[in-house]
Amino acid sequence: MADTFNKVVEIISERLGKDASTITENSKFREDLGADSLEVVELIMQLEDEFEIEISDEEAEKIVTVGDAVKFIDNL
Amino acid sequence: MQLQNKIVLVTGASRGIGRAVALEFGRAGAKVIVNYCGSQEKAEAVVAQIQANGSEAMAVQADVSSQEEVQKMFQTILDTFGVLDIVVNNAGITADNLLIRMKEEEWDRVMDTNLKSVFLVSKLAAKQMMRQRHGNIINMASVVGLLGNAGQANYVAAKSGVIGLTKTMARELAVRGIRVNAIAPGFIVTDMTENLSDAVKEQMLQQIPLKKLGTPEHIANVALFLASDQSAYMTGQILSVDGGMHM
Repeated sequence: MADTFNKVVEIISERLGKDASTITENSKFREDLGADSLEVVELIMQLEDEFEIEISDEEAEKIVTVGDAVKFIDNL
Repeated sequence: MQLQNKIVLVTGASRGIGRAVALEFGRAGAKVIVNYCGSQEKAEAVVAQIQANGSEAMAVQADVSSQEEVQKMFQTILDTFGVLDIVVNNAGITADNLLIRMKEEEWDRVMDTNLKSVFLVSKLAAKQMMRQRHGNIINMASVVGLLGNAGQANYVAAKSGVIGLTKTMARELAVRGIRVNAIAPGFIVTDMTENLSDAVKEQMLQQIPLKKLGTPEHIANVALFLASDQSAYMTGQILSVDGGMHM
């Protein structure tokens, strides 16, 4: 869980140029991290690549916060 | 060669404009995926001709109006090549009728094959191209999508839709390094126009300033231009290749 979280945060901070210490499980990609809709899509795609998983359109729509992404990955 | 080792998908490539584009891209060094729906023999012949010219090609059957079949086609393409550089959304059909005679089935079939297919194929192509950070999508529109045409409500609506879709995809994907343009062919000598009566063909000629019908090669040349870096600073454009019909 913590490993996944740390890796996800690393990816997000790199892609969106945010200080990793400001990113929490409750951070919302759009509202809190300032990602636009296409950036969220790209983030999801990068998570797919990094974790070698597949996230369907329907599942991706439910991922709103950093915690949502971590939970999804850990539950696979 | 302009498209050396580029991986290209051309939909509806067994005949007509799609075939000419596939052959031209093959000559330019591209590895061509020849998509077809029903004409397997013709598609295999296109593949053989590209191979004879010294490039690689592969025929892939898929009805591009079906999401399921498009997904399978992409699976095959990405399993084989791992990348996709260029897509030419060319597949199209006609089912002409006057508005008051047109059946719902004729409307749906033409919209699905000519417009929905562009959405389905481009969606998966864009996903791959965003990963690659480069890509090029070329859509086949039509002069009638710009001018309208009596007796083709379904076809014209679909082709106008392709034009709007082209501009929107261009805006969405530009920052990801993906260019999207369209070609609006005029009256081109293919199976699609071959079925028209001589009277209709004569009427067409009257509307063409250059006074002759176009060939699939005329379209393929412009497609090659759009696919190559020659057009690197162009996106969201609709290029008319119609002997001057639309100005």
